[in-house]
Amino acid sequence: MSASHVVSSKRTTGESGGEIVRYTLSERVHHWLGSLFYIYCLITGLAFWSPYMYWLAAIVGGGPTARFWHPWFGLAFTVSMVWMYKMWQGDVATSADDRGWSEGIKYYIENEDEKLPAVGRFNYGQKLFFWLMLYGVILLLLSGLGLWFVESIPGSLRWLRYLAVTVHVVAALATIGAFIIHVYMSVFMEPESFHAMIRGSVSAAWARTYHRLWYEKVTGDKSDPERRYR
Amino acid sequence: MSQATLSIRQISGHAGAAPGENVERDYQVCKLIDTTTCIGCKACEVACLEWNGYTFTDTVFDNSYQTMPETAWNYWNLIKFNEHERADGSITLLMRKDQCMHCADPGCLKACPADGAIVQYTNGIVDFQQQNCIGCGYCVSGCPFDIPKFNPTTKKMFKCTLCVDRVSEGLEPACIKSCPTGCLHFGSKEDMVDLAETRAKQLRENYGIKEAGVYDPAGVGGTGVIYVLHDVNNPEAYGGLPKDPRIPWVVRFWKGPAKWIGNLAMLGGLLGVTLHYLRYGPKEVPVDVHEEDAKDVNGGKP
Repeated sequence: MSASHVVSSKRTTGESGGEIVRYTLSERVHHWLGSLFYIYCLITGLAFWSPYMYWLAAIVGGGPTARFWHPWFGLAFTVSMVWMYKMWQGDVATSADDRGWSEGIKYYIENEDEKLPAVGRFNYGQKLFFWLMLYGVILLLLSGLGLWFVESIPGSLRWLRYLAVTVHVVAALATIGAFIIHVYMSVFMEPESFHAMIRGSVSAAWARTYHRLWYEKVTGDKSDPERRYR
Repeated sequence: MSQATLSIRQISGHAGAAPGENVERDYQVCKLIDTTTCIGCKACEVACLEWNGYTFTDTVFDNSYQTMPETAWNYWNLIKFNEHERADGSITLLMRKDQCMHCADPGCLKACPADGAIVQYTNGIVDFQQQNCIGCGYCVSGCPFDIPKFNPTTKKMFKCTLCVDRVSEGLEPACIKSCPTGCLHFGSKEDMVDLAETRAKQLRENYGIKEAGVYDPAGVGGTGVIYVLHDVNNPEAYGGLPKDPRIPWVVRFWKGPAKWIGNLAMLGGLLGVTLHYLRYGPKEVPVDVHEEDAKDVNGGKP
């Protein structure tokens, strides 16, 4: 396992650290497929959400087209999330170590990561994001079916129509909040993780600093746990 | 070219006042349905189909006179039959012409997300504009009368237009024109309410129908279609006419405060991450400070 995660390059044997495979090609493809489906639903969903954002429908072909594809892209996103669950279920399972991390989340926010306990492949925040999206998509699917086939809900059970609207809105807003943080974190706050999702690899130094347990697992390097990077 | 349906403000080269100047017209139109004189002949159903260009579809027989369980996208006008048992055990057949109620406060319009897909004219008619409709079905959730219906072929919503095309030309709706008993009336809202109250009073005082009254529900601001009912306290007996219809509070909240709460939350999120970036910046890509350890990254392995 460890060998397959170490990229053989000049840097692995050379001067300063080396590169480690963070996301395989399959993982990257599934991530970007999921993001495509989600962003389509986001754009069209915001268009249906507010008249001030209805123009967003125009960039994907107009209101009726947006309405036609929104549920299908939603279904595709659901499949995508299930796929990612199968792919990452071992890595996103919360562990006992997560408690310490969540208690010290202040240090993470303030970029004082050295005060945080060592984390595995994903930190607790990343795990929370995953679970929020997974449960979010389940709620969006169930309520979305109610909105999609609203006429199939008889008038005598109209409370189900109202429930579907409420759940869809709340779940969508929750995922949007998570999505904003996710994009900010990966693109702006930790640019190396964005690079990892594009090209697949991270520097050993980065892995060791921010995901030490994972680093130790894939490299077998447990030397000097007190070693710090600046 | 003159527009006969518009009222004129001023005319060029014209001596004296413009014709019709200072005339006040009651623009609010209304359909009155007197269920006590309806005989359930369905002439209004036929007239509706004919005027609006729909052909008959298969009827659904459910051991009653009713053509089908509810209105359809291409069947906007349906008489609902109900064998109602009176308090004394006798049976009466209640018949009510069901169609869009043209609410003063229309739930369909409130729920609709598509620009211009539903309009309410100043005369009170609520009309779907299919060229702007995206077929999302939100209007179904907004309507307390369960009226808008989806056309699966065109993916647009349809319902009774109160014959807006006829009314705007000064004609009465097709259903009104076809009614053989005169249980259907059409005119200004004021006149129709007056006529309905007079009829209800007549029923109460001359026919001993003590609960007779007018159905013009205040919860949706009054409607452009009003009923005279034998028992105004039990509208549900007339094929499920809701007693106190209102735009569902969920729809009101969704289209009101929730919109602003949600938008502010989204903006807040964007603002929050921006401020975080300005205050703390990115997590730095670490540089190994222990130069001497650098070769050791593979755990001592070569």
